[in-house]
Amino acid sequence: MDLPDLWFLIIAFFWAGYFLLEGFDFGVGMLLPFLPRDERERRAMFETIGPVWDGNEVWLVVAGGATFAAFPGWYGTMFSGFYLALLLVLAFLIVRVVSFEWREKRDSPRWRATWMWANTIGSAGAALVWGVGLANLLNGVPIDGDGHFAGSFWDLFTPYTVLAGLAAVLLFAFHGATFLTLRTTGDLLQRAGGAARRLALPAAAATGIFLAWTVWVAVDRNDKDVFPPVLPAAAGMLALALAVLFAFSGRSGWAFTMTGAGTVLFVATIFTGLYPRVMVSQPNFANSLTVEGTASSHYALTVMTVVAVVLAPVVLLYQGWTYHVFRARIGVEEQAESPLDLVARKTEG
Amino acid sequence: MSTLAVTAVDLARIQFATTSLYHFLFVPLTLGLAPLVAVMQTMWHRTGNDAWLRLTRFFGTLMLINFAIGVATGLVQEFQFGMNWSVYSTFVGDVFGAPLAIEGLAAFFLESTFLGLWIFGWGKLGPRLHLATVWLFALGSWLSAFFIIVANSWMQRPVGSTVTDGRAELTSISELLTNRFAVWAFVHVILVGLTTGAAVVLGVACWHFLRGRNVEIFRHAAKLALIVLVPVSAANLWIGSTLGVVVTDYQPMKIAATEAQWETCQPCAFSLFQIGGFTEDDQTPSFDVEIPHLLSLLATESWNGEVQGMNQIQAQYEQQYGSGNYVPPVRTTYWSMRIMAYLGTLTFLVAALGAFLLWRGRLERTRWFHWLAVVGISFPYLSALAGWVLSEVGRQPWIVQGLLETADANSPSVGTSTIALSLGVFAGLYGLLAVVDFVLMRHYASLDPPPAAGEGEERAPALGY
Repeated sequence: MDLPDLWFLIIAFFWAGYFLLEGFDFGVGMLLPFLPRDERERRAMFETIGPVWDGNEVWLVVAGGATFAAFPGWYGTMFSGFYLALLLVLAFLIVRVVSFEWREKRDSPRWRATWMWANTIGSAGAALVWGVGLANLLNGVPIDGDGHFAGSFWDLFTPYTVLAGLAAVLLFAFHGATFLTLRTTGDLLQRAGGAARRLALPAAAATGIFLAWTVWVAVDRNDKDVFPPVLPAAAGMLALALAVLFAFSGRSGWAFTMTGAGTVLFVATIFTGLYPRVMVSQPNFANSLTVEGTASSHYALTVMTVVAVVLAPVVLLYQGWTYHVFRARIGVEEQAESPLDLVARKTEG
Repeated sequence: MSTLAVTAVDLARIQFATTSLYHFLFVPLTLGLAPLVAVMQTMWHRTGNDAWLRLTRFFGTLMLINFAIGVATGLVQEFQFGMNWSVYSTFVGDVFGAPLAIEGLAAFFLESTFLGLWIFGWGKLGPRLHLATVWLFALGSWLSAFFIIVANSWMQRPVGSTVTDGRAELTSISELLTNRFAVWAFVHVILVGLTTGAAVVLGVACWHFLRGRNVEIFRHAAKLALIVLVPVSAANLWIGSTLGVVVTDYQPMKIAATEAQWETCQPCAFSLFQIGGFTEDDQTPSFDVEIPHLLSLLATESWNGEVQGMNQIQAQYEQQYGSGNYVPPVRTTYWSMRIMAYLGTLTFLVAALGAFLLWRGRLERTRWFHWLAVVGISFPYLSALAGWVLSEVGRQPWIVQGLLETADANSPSVGTSTIALSLGVFAGLYGLLAVVDFVLMRHYASLDPPPAAGEGEERAPALGY
């Protein structure tokens, strides 16, 4: 495998990681208005992702940065072409980021409700736009002979790409619900299980149709054979079917594993369908951007590869360790011991 | 200047300038407050004095409120290169993209993961391990600054690269990382951060002195702030002027414009203040105050050093790069440099005064100084913003010095109405965030530090979300 291919794979890996990790953060955010009955439960829900959401978002930052460094032409055309979509996603992510920090900073129900909704809308909105955006890479947008985007904002919305957005929203909500069944206790846990069961079929159906449609789009609009894109698509469908089964049989750990596999295979199917192109041009297919055509120089990619090989395992190690540290379920009773109280107790003793 | 119509490039520049300057309102405080909070927690760890724990949590809360908005606006920074400057991105990605990607891997993961561990790890992690998390967070923020400065310094002085087939290509990562420009600019930015952090700690402590509250506790904070602020703000005056010498070597036009120096001079006087002399048609100021030899000293580190004038450099650039106007906006660079330097000096004077009062044992009782320190919080902020204006405007018309002009670098597919719309969205959103941030910061800066042992008269602010 040569270096441009490797970097295409690395970028797909970071998108997959982003969907897997931020996927349940988004899902928890979307469920905030529906699951908790009171402020303590709402706080417990926030706390299930409190220590990790920021690190999860870095997967996106690295996917973007790696695209800039490894495929400058792809980065330039994609980010300028998807301009208004990215503006939307930035607005969603900004209000969501500050909602985590600021929600508890004033003791007023209205203030807290405002920032909770900021988190919910930001999560759902960002999920929708990322689904639409990634599907457009494969579905194709107008690109001119110089490699510049030549379409408009509305070109991004076709039945297929809109379905991709909706599938991402539903899948993340489902993924968030299965995550909560592992991280909560008591009534909240019961309701998280209920949400997982209610979301299971719609999420699996939407994602399943999206995956099948993606294979067809890859064949129809990107000159691919059914094989290999059909592999991740079929695996994705299987994972989601199992997720439905496990959600209904109450095997939370397996259900979460399968929704997680679903998010990863969502991304894998798109990128498998995309290769060796990075951004399909339609109607002028010949103008499509390719891995080879937009890749950085051999030297730059070598440097980046060394950096990634050294740093990525370290990052995975300490991020994994964080999940280990915060593995305990967040109960409403236990959660009454805020970080503050813990400090207090600690200093007393 | 010749046309009134606003072009896409103009709007893209306005957007980049406003969003970047706004982002940099939050960055220096993180760079400075993170290590200061880490020192506070270390002091608590070492001495067992509860005052340090209470200060850790007090300033930790301010740090978190500030950090949230820094993260949120930082996302915009990474995206808008591609959104508004696709030609630039395609041209530079091979070189400029590397430090950005490495920043994500090496710095952002560290920063965000260990901040989460610090916030939620009280009582879950052992005390030593928990202390390590705040230091690793600080390290992450400094690494992040390093890689961004490396990227920016390449725009000021492109090293370690060649241009092949209309694209810049990386040829030496070590030259890129050890760019003489980057080394000095990094030290400069770190000192700016420490200055800002220490000025905020000092200002907040003095705010409590003014109201006669928590004096015992904030005495520790004020002392720590001054111990940092005096040497750091002094060193930065020196580092800043050294960076000026580096700029003279690689961007003579920037220095000439900053000094409104139209003709080559030797020796050169430094203009403290002048009226007129800022345009090609009006090259001689109608009034000015000068210090002989000082510009020679600052720009070349020699008593009689020669500084090239804009007219000479313009002629040379026309030969080198073809016809065009290579003179950046002179009035803007001239005044931004002076605002930066004068406020930097003022910051040092405030710090020196504070240190004197501390030494005489009058720091907690000198009310006029308290007010000065509260107002003085704004000095490093304004100074840093002016510094970025100088650095970026002074490079014009280039986006990458000598390689690519700003006017040729924007996204061809993005029209004026689209950028205007996004400018409106960011203005609205950022304005709202600024108001909320200011209200929260003021509120939390005025609270009593959270109790160490939770007597809990009123639920004190949690360090958590």
